[in-house]
Amino acid sequence: MIVKTLSHWIDSRLHAAKFVRSALNHVFPDHWSFMLGEIALYSFMILVVTGTYLALFFHASAEKVIYRGSYHALDGETVSVAYRSMLHISLDVPAGLLIRQMHHWAALIFLWAILAHLARIFFTAAYRKPREMNWLIGLTLLLLALVNGFFGYSLGDDLLSGTGLRIGYAILLSVPVIGPWLAFLFMGGTIPNPAAIPRMYALHIFLVPGLIAGLLVLHLGMIWRQLHTNYPGSKRTNRTIVGSRLWPSYTAKSVGLLLLVFALVAALGGFAQIDPVWIYGPYAPSAIMAGAQPDWYLGWIEGAMRLFPGIKLHIGHWLIPELFFPAVLMPSLVFGALYLYPFVEKLFSSDKGDQNVLRLPYEQPFKTAFGIGVFVFMLVLLIAGGDDVIAVATDSSVVELRRILRILVIVAPPIAAMLTYPVCARIRRRKAAVAATTPQEIAVLEERHEGSATSSEELLPPHLDEGPGSHLRLGRTGASPTSEMGHSDIF
Amino acid sequence: MSENEERREGGAGAFLNLGWRLLELGWASLKLLGTVVDRLLPAKVAFEPIPESGRAADRKMESESQMERREWWGTLFVLCAFLLAILGGIGFVIFFWSGSTGTKLLGGSLAVFLGGIGVTLVVWARWLMSQKQAVEPRHELQSSPSEREDASEAFCGGVRDVRRRRLLKWMGLTGAGVLGAMVVSLMRSLGMSPDASLYSRIWKGGQRLVTLDGKGVSLSSLQPGSMVTVFPENKIGSERAQTVLIRVKEQLLQLPEERASWAPAGYVAYSRVCTHAGCPVGEFEAEQSLLLCPCHQSTFDVLRAAAPTGGPAARPLPQLPLYADADGNLHAGGEFTAPPGPGFWDIL
Repeated sequence: MIVKTLSHWIDSRLHAAKFVRSALNHVFPDHWSFMLGEIALYSFMILVVTGTYLALFFHASAEKVIYRGSYHALDGETVSVAYRSMLHISLDVPAGLLIRQMHHWAALIFLWAILAHLARIFFTAAYRKPREMNWLIGLTLLLLALVNGFFGYSLGDDLLSGTGLRIGYAILLSVPVIGPWLAFLFMGGTIPNPAAIPRMYALHIFLVPGLIAGLLVLHLGMIWRQLHTNYPGSKRTNRTIVGSRLWPSYTAKSVGLLLLVFALVAALGGFAQIDPVWIYGPYAPSAIMAGAQPDWYLGWIEGAMRLFPGIKLHIGHWLIPELFFPAVLMPSLVFGALYLYPFVEKLFSSDKGDQNVLRLPYEQPFKTAFGIGVFVFMLVLLIAGGDDVIAVATDSSVVELRRILRILVIVAPPIAAMLTYPVCARIRRRKAAVAATTPQEIAVLEERHEGSATSSEELLPPHLDEGPGSHLRLGRTGASPTSEMGHSDIF
Repeated sequence: MSENEERREGGAGAFLNLGWRLLELGWASLKLLGTVVDRLLPAKVAFEPIPESGRAADRKMESESQMERREWWGTLFVLCAFLLAILGGIGFVIFFWSGSTGTKLLGGSLAVFLGGIGVTLVVWARWLMSQKQAVEPRHELQSSPSEREDASEAFCGGVRDVRRRRLLKWMGLTGAGVLGAMVVSLMRSLGMSPDASLYSRIWKGGQRLVTLDGKGVSLSSLQPGSMVTVFPENKIGSERAQTVLIRVKEQLLQLPEERASWAPAGYVAYSRVCTHAGCPVGEFEAEQSLLLCPCHQSTFDVLRAAAPTGGPAARPLPQLPLYADADGNLHAGGEFTAPPGPGFWDIL
């Protein structure tokens, strides 16, 4: 009754009934891999909620004070106000440690979900027209998430975050020509500098999350407008969308997923200790901890920095520091390649029009092989990022391990790619052979590529081409093959 | 091609030939691998079509009694999950107000509450809701030519209504330019231009070497094979000024000619800030006379002016010339040989 009155009140002021109806009827495809992006979205929500709570207690100041708090092991030590407030949150505020650990775990899950989501988009070719813009936005979101994660664990002014800041400063400094300016803009001078913490704080809790939120709205708005892609299958064509309606089943499942992600984060925050700053101790200029590790999502850059050989490169009187290649150039190339990928692929593809049905990885052997190669490259770098920890754990020499990893990082990606290609190509050929014997499959294949440049003559053996419309009665089918049909041969 | 011609082509030809052979070999091995994969796949792979999704109930394949059972069990499940959730939530409140700051109890009870409600919703969606698969048409995203024409006309018509368009354009550009200059000026407050501190070589000739607790260091302070961190008297505890002082056996030193006098009685001093990424080079392996950075495992040879011997660092640690006064106290004989810390564009 109240709901009805209220909705009438609103509608008579906004003319909302039509929109609400179409919104509640909006169709979302069901597949586990479509939930990865949702998990990222929900982790972001958790980050905002827990982060707001933390901001009420955290003091972003590098001012030095004598610690006289409840943690007696550090009694009388000179620490920064930021570090003291971290200890206060962790040890004195009721549930403060829980919220802090949840915030950190949510960040790790956020990055994990974004990367898994990116891999899903890449390997199923969901970035094709009309979704190129969303690919660009998604990559930008990944970049912002990486940077904000770094700011987050650097704010505490503990010994580990101090180590991270030193390295971050060195990376900025290594950029040719403008490096010193960049490093000073970030740090406010040479390291260590009290200006860095308030700067990172403003970026971490306001500017970057604001950008992420804005881009997320665009990201989701585009999905809403363009409708989600479908995996190939029954009734799924370029002109149709198959799935659950927003109301009620999709809403229930999605809110359920939000709560389950939240529960996972709460359990991790409660039971799995992360970043125990009181054990690390405060940042001190001449102190350093062995086995220092960045959060996992920056491990690939850390690994590249460890593996890249010490090359001293001069251009006249100028120096290009060895750090520039693994820590600035390599990530820029990776992100540059990712940003350009859909447009480069388009050059080699005969796809025209909107592509609303996903491709399966085996349908595009070359691209899948390339993607697996890049994945293995990243994996070796990630392992290299912890080579000292691995060496200690396995009681081996870090020098030997580094030598092996330096070889692996060059050799393993092409081998992985070369193993992937024939596997995909064979599966594709097999499926094509099976499809060629069942007319239904091919009929639906044609249906799927409706609107694409490939004409039915190219796709169909003549005796199977029964003319348009004949396939509409044929319902169920498997994934359709695209091999050896002149359709996007390379990718 | 005759033998003679082949020989005349020389190295380049042979190289190309080798490259071609390698490519052929690679291609053949790929084909072979493909064949192996083909053999491994079952001879008749039944590629099942993706089944119609949604539950049996929504495809009208469920009997009356099956439906009743599903609803009964679903309701029971949902009730249990919700009850558990509420217990978890009440537990959280009790744990919190009883003053227990046990993170495990709080996190666990919060997880039970959230997870219980989450499971309730998911089970509700799967067992107690219709999950009919909806099929809807997609509409063309591209606007029709006439719509595009109308939009463009709306814009251009507006532009045509503006008088003195060129003046407006110039004024807009000028305003934006001045605004940009103002914003860039504000950035100056962030202290962005690199100042002398970046290029400073820290030490001055004659300064005493002191440890973190302010005590001076003399020729008798260290045994060969040991190390201490020192600072200039006026910069105790400074990140960039930290210096590692090591005593080695004098006869082992292989310093360059011009630095031969920098190491009285086998005392050598280097910047303790790694030239790779700026971590303190904190570990000293006396046996191999190596300084090791714990961040990225760069190693520097103490005997040979801290030249990098392995790992990612490219430049040696800056060295500090030393001398001992009449009482045997150690002093800096000058400044560091280079600005300490990681490299940058105009460090040289």
